[in-house]
Amino acid sequence: MLIETKGLSKYYQHKDGLVEAIKYIDLSFDQGDFITITGPSGSGKTTLLLLLAGLIRPTSGSINFQGHELNSSSDNKLAGIRSQHIGFVMQNFSLIPYLSVLYNVLLPLSLHKHADSSRNDYAVRLLDKVGLKDRMNHLPKELSAGQQQRVAIARALVNKPKLILADEPTGNLDPALSIEILEVLKQINVENKITIVMVTHSPVASGYGNLKINLVQGRIVNKVCSVVTDEFLS
Amino acid sequence: MKIYKLVLIELWHRKSQLITSLLAITLGIGVIVGIRSVAVVSEKAVAVNLDNLGANILVLPQGTSIDNYYSADIDAPTFPEDYVERIRTSTLAGVDNISPKLTRRIKIQNQSVVLTGILPSSEIISKPIWQTSGLSGLELKATCDTSASNKSHGYEDERLQRKPIESLQQNDCIVGANIAKTLNLKQGDKVNILGSSFNVFNVLSETGTVDDDRIFAHLHTIQKLTGIENQISVIEIMGCCNAISEGLLGKLRNILPDTKITTINQIVSTQIKTNQLMNKISIIFLIIILFVGGISIGNSIWANVNERKKELGTLRMIGFTKLKIYQMLLLKAAILGILGGFLGYIIGTLSGVLLGPQLAGLNIEPIPIYLLWSVLISLCISLLGSLIPAYLAGKIEPYKIMQEA
Ligand SMILES: Nc1ncnc2c1ncn2[C@@H]1O[C@H](COP(=O)(O)OP(=O)(O)OP(=O)(O)O)[C@@H](O)[C@H]1O
Ligand SMILES: [Mg+2]
Repeated sequence: MLIETKGLSKYYQHKDGLVEAIKYIDLSFDQGDFITITGPSGSGKTTLLLLLAGLIRPTSGSINFQGHELNSSSDNKLAGIRSQHIGFVMQNFSLIPYLSVLYNVLLPLSLHKHADSSRNDYAVRLLDKVGLKDRMNHLPKELSAGQQQRVAIARALVNKPKLILADEPTGNLDPALSIEILEVLKQINVENKITIVMVTHSPVASGYGNLKINLVQGRIVNKVCSVVTDEFLS
Repeated sequence: MKIYKLVLIELWHRKSQLITSLLAITLGIGVIVGIRSVAVVSEKAVAVNLDNLGANILVLPQGTSIDNYYSADIDAPTFPEDYVERIRTSTLAGVDNISPKLTRRIKIQNQSVVLTGILPSSEIISKPIWQTSGLSGLELKATCDTSASNKSHGYEDERLQRKPIESLQQNDCIVGANIAKTLNLKQGDKVNILGSSFNVFNVLSETGTVDDDRIFAHLHTIQKLTGIENQISVIEIMGCCNAISEGLLGKLRNILPDTKITTINQIVSTQIKTNQLMNKISIIFLIIILFVGGISIGNSIWANVNERKKELGTLRMIGFTKLKIYQMLLLKAAILGILGGFLGYIIGTLSGVLLGPQLAGLNIEPIPIYLLWSVLISLCISLLGSLIPAYLAGKIEPYKIMQEA
């Protein structure tokens, strides 16, 4: 068991009243799962990702990440868990604009002790894997949207994470580029046994998951386990 | 990649921001260093020069100051040489060794020289001449108690004590150490001054005073050559201190109505006041810098934080702690502070060294210890100014940025 939530709820305090973003969610993901989360806008998808990342704290319920009780962990501990075990891929790519592609990929490692040159090699290998080795000295703005998202994926992989959290990673990409990115994620998931939790609006993207969760108003209304087949993709 | 590298790349990426945030603190430190460098040198210079005078009363043209006298500009005011006779023929008691001088700044082979006309046997001049050239001379003493009248102002350097010089021919000259060096003159050489040939009677040893940049020659020769006949710039008088306290200055003023008569003590105390004023100004500047520099760096860090909200959110997302964010911003502030202090020191010292000789007639030397102070003060100011922005930056919640996406 990689992650397990029990009775997970998140209410936002708003001046117009309480917003119940996530309500009593019980989930458990194993190492190597590819989970897709769909649902209408405002249904709590991002909130769920934030909870899993330890970026916000639940109103009630618990999240267990590899034996760490996130709810009772300090901010520093949570930051440590993110830097050690979690990679992030966001809709807006969230790259650092003044850092070269290579430095963006290396960024998460600046938090790790014992930096050595092998990490540099590893980052270059990852860039090679996403097809951007020849662009490693470029700035993000010099790349296309799809290329930027591939840099973000390389960055998410550099700390050899157990879990990748992706919030609409293809939201800003056209269909062809989306497929490219999804294929990269699938490859990572299959080859490296990295668990991926991906929020998406696109049915094609959600088809990549072997566990598909549909959220409505903060509740899971549908949960489908499936095995992705080549027929499904075509 | 280390944190400091991230900070440096970010700084470099926003060069114009870097320059504007440095401007206030660099200029502020520069002004303080400039003022202080001039003040330190002028304090020393005045004290040394005054001690070197050997006299304790100065008769100067109306409306001039000791600085005018030392700068010896071409149009510096003069007064008639007859005044010397007036003092001599008066029955004033306690007046000793009256020495008239005419000083004019001239150029010899493009070298700026203070040409000083003196009257031999009345002139008191640095001891080294008398020692090294065998010029005979008696030790000069005011007629009464010498211990008070020859009071030193902290520069009891033996080289600076004065001895009378007995004789100087109409076409002889005595050359200061610096001038001798730059014009390559030695005893017995000939030198052309204002179209007239002079024998170098003697070269003075280095004294560290304005004398080093002077050429001394017979007063009457200089008067003729400069076309200022029967005029002088100053009369240096050795007065008995008892007589001074009994009103010698007032009596002199009666004989010489259109002159300015001061004692060295008065000059020293005016100089001390000027220096105190300078010190006050630099303290006021320091306080202004504390505020303006601190606020300006703090403000630019805050603007920077706002501009980078998304980026700082991303950093928090991938695992940067609040502490790391503080470290990054304070490291940036520290780099700005150190850079500002360093540049400020360079600018202040350079402007002192370059402008000092023109504006104050002083040769300003860099004061290395001020580099340390500049950097330290600037560093503290920018760190203090950045504490609040850094604290607020730590409050940026990473999820806000993600939800805005
Ligand atoms: N910081 C907040 N304060 C108050 N309410 C919030 C806050 N963040 C989110 N909400 C509310 O919580 C609910 C869930 O938001 P969330 O961002 O998780 O939705 P989402 O499913 O990701 O939507 P979308 O598909 O548009 O990204 C929404 O109604 C939203 O308005
Ligand atoms: Mg969302």
